[in-house]
Parts: sequence; structure tokens; C-alpha cells
Amino acid sequence: MPEVIRSPKTYDVCIIGSGAGGGTAAKVLAEGGLNVVLLEAGPPLNPEKDYKEHVWPYQLAHRGVGVGAKQGGLNDEFLAPNGFWDIEGEPYTQAEGSRFRWFRSRIVGGRTNHWGRIALRFAPVDFKSRSSDGMGDDWPLSYEEIAPYYDKVESFIGVFGSQENISSAPNGVFLPPPPPRCTETIIKKACDQVGVLCVPSRLAILTKPLNGRAACHYCGQCGRGCISASNFSSSQVMIPPAQATGRLTLITGAMAREVVVGKDGKAAAVSYVDKATKSEKRVYAKAFVLAASACESARLLLNSKSSLFPDGLANTSGVVGRYLTDTVGSGGGGYFPQLEKMPPHNHDGTGGMHMYVPWWKFDRKNDFLRGYHIEFGGGRGMPGVGDFGDACDMFEGYGASLKKKLRSDYGTYIGFAGRGEMIPNPDSYCELDPSTVDQWGIPVLRFHWKWSENEILMAKDMQETFRAITEAAGGTYLTQTSAEGSKPYGIEDGGVIIHEIGTARMGNNPRTSVLNSNCQAHDVKNLFVTDGAPFVTNADKNPTLTIMALSWRASEYLIAQAKSGSL
Amino acid sequence: MSSTSVSRRDILKSLGMGVMAGGILRTIPAQAAEYAHHMVMSEKTAAAGGAYAPKYFSAHAYKTLQTLCQTIIPPDGSSGGAIEAGAPEFIDLITSENDAYQLKLGGGLMWLDETCTDRYGKPYLDCTPELQKEILDLIAYRRNAKADPGLSQGIEFFSFLRNMTADGFFTSKIGIEYLGYIGNTFLTEFKGCPPVPGL
Repeated sequence: MPEVIRSPKTYDVCIIGSGAGGGTAAKVLAEGGLNVVLLEAGPPLNPEKDYKEHVWPYQLAHRGVGVGAKQGGLNDEFLAPNGFWDIEGEPYTQAEGSRFRWFRSRIVGGRTNHWGRIALRFAPVDFKSRSSDGMGDDWPLSYEEIAPYYDKVESFIGVFGSQENISSAPNGVFLPPPPPRCTETIIKKACDQVGVLCVPSRLAILTKPLNGRAACHYCGQCGRGCISASNFSSSQVMIPPAQATGRLTLITGAMAREVVVGKDGKAAAVSYVDKATKSEKRVYAKAFVLAASACESARLLLNSKSSLFPDGLANTSGVVGRYLTDTVGSGGGGYFPQLEKMPPHNHDGTGGMHMYVPWWKFDRKNDFLRGYHIEFGGGRGMPGVGDFGDACDMFEGYGASLKKKLRSDYGTYIGFAGRGEMIPNPDSYCELDPSTVDQWGIPVLRFHWKWSENEILMAKDMQETFRAITEAAGGTYLTQTSAEGSKPYGIEDGGVIIHEIGTARMGNNPRTSVLNSNCQAHDVKNLFVTDGAPFVTNADKNPTLTIMALSWRASEYLIAQAKSGSL
Repeated sequence: MSSTSVSRRDILKSLGMGVMAGGILRTIPAQAAEYAHHMVMSEKTAAAGGAYAPKYFSAHAYKTLQTLCQTIIPPDGSSGGAIEAGAPEFIDLITSENDAYQLKLGGGLMWLDETCTDRYGKPYLDCTPELQKEILDLIAYRRNAKADPGLSQGIEFFSFLRNMTADGFFTSKIGIEYLGYIGNTFLTEFKGCPPVPGL
């Protein structure tokens, strides 16, 4: 190993990862007066150059599907950059019999560049799961303690929604929701008929200007990245105010390898690989915030072995990497004949659903514990490669009649995606693979995964609900699933919903948890983890909003601790 | 997932969340996409008379491909057909970069000529319109493989080409206009669903 290059100064805080958790920490800590260095494994983001907003498919030779259309027909050329299911030279492995997929975004802003902008608060009951049904554990903090931070995050980033007074979907600080599309009007009516709640969705997209950001212009392309930053991404909303303080040093292309511990047992530095030069560098700080994503932060802790922490940093409990969960996902769709009569009109809207189904069966006994919500959408979106294969296979033939049928069939489908809570189980976790390193020499993760019966029953219920809603609307539900096979009732493989969390969970007991309720390591008081790793439960809500609320709260605590000299 | 008619892609794309929940994605750098865009444009202009020089298919195979594409999506009173939409160029470009497509389409076109030669004594392009229709009517429907299993490879080929032709047509300017998609623009206000009787 060549000589390690040391940072010339000691920062107040070193943050690892610039996504939802890291970006929030950077903003709060830098605005709080601390000198912050932020390490990001990917390159900087340049919206003007990197985004494909408003590009038509025919303006790209590959019509959006990329060289050789090798990504299964997905229009990946249009996506915001550097979100990957597979990264060359940075593998992960799966234990025998386990199927787990790990989506990673190597770019400033991380996965907030790529997420669906769905911003749902956890409900009070989601923090008290064990008290409610005896499974899993309660959080060491309550809804009332985190609620002010949900308020702060929503007020700052901008979330549209509506006050519904539903116990499973708490009210929030909302911008007005956009009006429903035709597809959403149809589903809302059907939900009313079958007794399913259907309300305006809650997305981190501006329907009014906010904090210098323009309101949405309704092109429906949030997934491509938004030049006007009308949707939320850490790169465009959290990092700029942090930079404006003059107290943020952003280092890109920095792959964190190890948190180095001093003789006093506190974290002293982070060793990282500078990808451009393939050299080892080290940055010193008084406190550290790990926000590299739940599994990447767990990996970093497990790789930070020392004589003081032989099983990995902050891991005297042995639970780093354990309690890994993802969201239960099952999807399907149907044909809705009334959509054939819809006159051509602009159906784009925001880059996501305008209505959704929050968990509605919280007041009764179900076949499974916990709950799920339903996302749905469809209709007359911008045509893309791969959109017509199913219709071609259905109609067959060729010529003028096929051409006409494809036109009348366009926009007549609505898809549903159930998103439910997984209860942690001992068979789902990540650990270091004993035999594999990545191209930077860093040991990689090996995933173990198993769905339990509760999740499969939940997926079954999702499929039955999708069918009931579709049929109530006069549609034909087309998805066929069964109890058999590797994906019973369409349940997706672990990780596919990209809500993997829980790998350094918080708790009051240092023997069974890694962090306290301030996201501070029990074992190492100047070490914090503020991504999805601290989560105790994986409620049916998408985790991003809660990651930001926890990170904001932990950052305020960190500032107070730093100012009192307690770190 | 054993989804039938609605692909997972459709659903995710329509939700605007394909990125965060989709199948196998890999984003290529923006520069590469721009490069690809300019590549075909420049080659179109560079070739004599603006004709496209196929990257993968032989001149004969490409001509057959063009003919088939145009037969699958023909021009009519409201729009041009697959050729006017640039579908053959799109198919040739993607195929030149994908080994599996080369087997399916390159091999499939050979199968078609061989089958026409066996049945009618000449390759597809040299057949009369009546004979061309006869063979296409056989391979355009899956049910025909039951009566004649020897058609199944041809049916598979035609199904794949039909999908790609539809992709090429409906992602073109004229195809999008033909569909009546309205959007991809800046709006100051989104009005939602227009008044529709019975909705």
C-alpha cells in the first residue's frame, strides 16, 4: 500500500453518503455552524448535462433503451444518472437459496435522484409494533418525538397531500395536491364502491413555488431528474444550502473503506479510496455520520475491525447487518374499457401518482399482521419502447387493422403496486462475504433472504384487492398469480422494492441494538448512522421521509453535543 | 411474476416510479446517449442521398426487413408507416449491438427466405403479393403452429419483429402523433381529467 494521504485538517463532522440521510445531515450541520466534509462514492451531478427531461424517444437513436436494448427494454437512457442494479467491479453476493437485489446510486444525491418521491409519514402505531401485536420491537422513540421533524422536513422539501385524519396515514404539512387524472378518477370511484380508502397521494413534488424552487410544470418525468428542481432530490435541495454556508467540503469519487478508531475508542478518521487515482486517503473529523445507505453503512461498520472492535465498529451487540427488511411488493394490472373512449388530452401530471390507497384495514382482524398501501397508475403516458409488446402478442396479425387496434388499446391499462410491511426475521440479514472483495479491495456483502408466511399472505391479499377494485370499475384484471413457484402471489424478491433498512437498528438496549434513539452508536459516541439502517420497523410507508426526519433530529442532537463538548 | 397482458414495465412506467422499483436497469452516461443520437443522424446525412447504411443486416436482408416492417405497420390515411417512422433503422441499430437479436432477426429472415424457397421456389421479396400474404398469414398467428409445428420458429420470429416494429413506429414522431399522445411539455396548471360523460 502506498503512503496514505491525510487530510490537512480535522473537520467537525465527516458524513459518508450524500443521499436522503447524508444530504439532510449536511444541510443541518453546516447551517448549525459546523465544518463538514461529505464523502460521496459517485461523481458530481450536472443536471443541465445529465438530465433527459423533455427529450422525445425519437431524439435518441436507441429511442431510450440504450445500446443493444440490453436492460430488458427499460428506457434507461432517460433515467437520472448512475442508479444501478449492478455496478461493474462492485459486486455483492447471495447466500445459497437467497434472492436479494441491491439497487445502488453512485452520484451526488444518491438514490434521491431516482426515487418515486413518495413521502409518507410513519403512523404512531408503526413505532409501537411489539406493543400492538407482539412481533418485532418497538422503536425507542415515539411518533410525538419525531413529528416535529416530519414537520420540518415537509416544510423544507415540499410535499403535496391532503389532511385526511386517517390513523394509518397521519396528517402533515402539505402543499395542495394536483387534481386526479382520468385513471385516478376511475379507481377512486371503484374504491368507494368496495370500501377501500383512496385519497390524494403524498409526493415530494412542488405544486407551489417553495424556497426558491419553481412549482412543478407537469411533464410527468421526475424519474429523469428535474431541471427546475421542482421535485425533491438531495443533490438539488439539501446540498446547495449546505454549500452556501461555506462550511461544506464535498469530495466525490470517494469510496469509504474503513472508519478508523483512536486509542480512546472514538472514531478518528475515515479511510477511503480515491477512485480517480486508486489511492488510499484519510480524512479526520471529530464526529462521523454514516449515511451510505443501510447496507453500505453496515458494510462499512463490519469492515471497520480493530482490536477494540474485532467484530466491526459499534457492533458489540452483533446485530450490525441483522434485522434486514425490504418492503413486501406485489403488482398487477388490468384493462379498463372506459379508457378507450377517453379523448386525447394531456395526462402527464406530476412524475407519480396523484391518488393512492393508504392502509385501510387497520380497524379489523386480518389474515396477517401489519398492513400495506397501494400505488397505482396508467393511462395515456408518453409511449416508450416495450409498451406495445403485450398488445401485439394479444392482437397478433399485421397491417392496417393491427395498427388501429394498437391505437385504440393505448392508454387503457392501469397497474397496481402493493407496498406492505415486512416483519424482521432471523433468516434475512447481510454479512461480509468471506471470499470476495470489490475492485477497490473492500470486502463485499453477502445477503441472506427469506420471506415469511405473513408477507406471503399479505401479497395474496394485495392481489385479491387489485382484482376487486378492477372489477368494481368494470375492468378485467389480467395478472395471474398463485401460491406456487418462487414468487407466491407475485411477491417480489428481497431488495427489489429498494426499501432495504434495519441493519444498524436503534434501541434502548445496547445488547440488542446498535444505536440509541438519536442515531448515535451505543459503543462509539461520536459515531452516528442516519440512513435506513436505524429503522426498527419497516412500516408500509416508503422510508425516505422518515430517513430525513431521523437525520434532521440526529443532526440537531449532534450540534448540541458538539457545542457542549460532549463528543 | 406471472403477469399476462400488462407488463411490469407498463405499470411501473405509468407510476413514474420505474426507477425505484423496476427490473434490471443500468443508466448509461448522458454523453453516450447524446453520442448515439448524433451517430444515426450523421450517418443518415453522410450516406449518399441520405440513405441509411445498415450496420448489421446485408443489403438484401435489410430490404426484406423494411418490407416486413412496412407490412406490419403500413401507411394509411392518417399517418405514414414503419419506414417513414424510422423503425428499420432503429431495429438495425439495436440488432447490431445485441447477439440475441442477431440470432432472432438475422436467423429469422434467413428462415423466411428458406421457407419461401421451399414452398414457392423463391425468396420472400421475389414472391408475388399473394404468396407473401400467404406466408405472413401463417406466421402471424400462434394458433397456426398447432396445425403445422414446422411454422413455430417463423411465428416466434414474426412476433419478435412485430413487437420491435411497433416499438419503432410508436416511439417516432409520426407514431406518437398517430396515437394521440399529448404532453411532454411545460404546463403552468395541470387540469386533471377532462369532463367525460359517464366518468
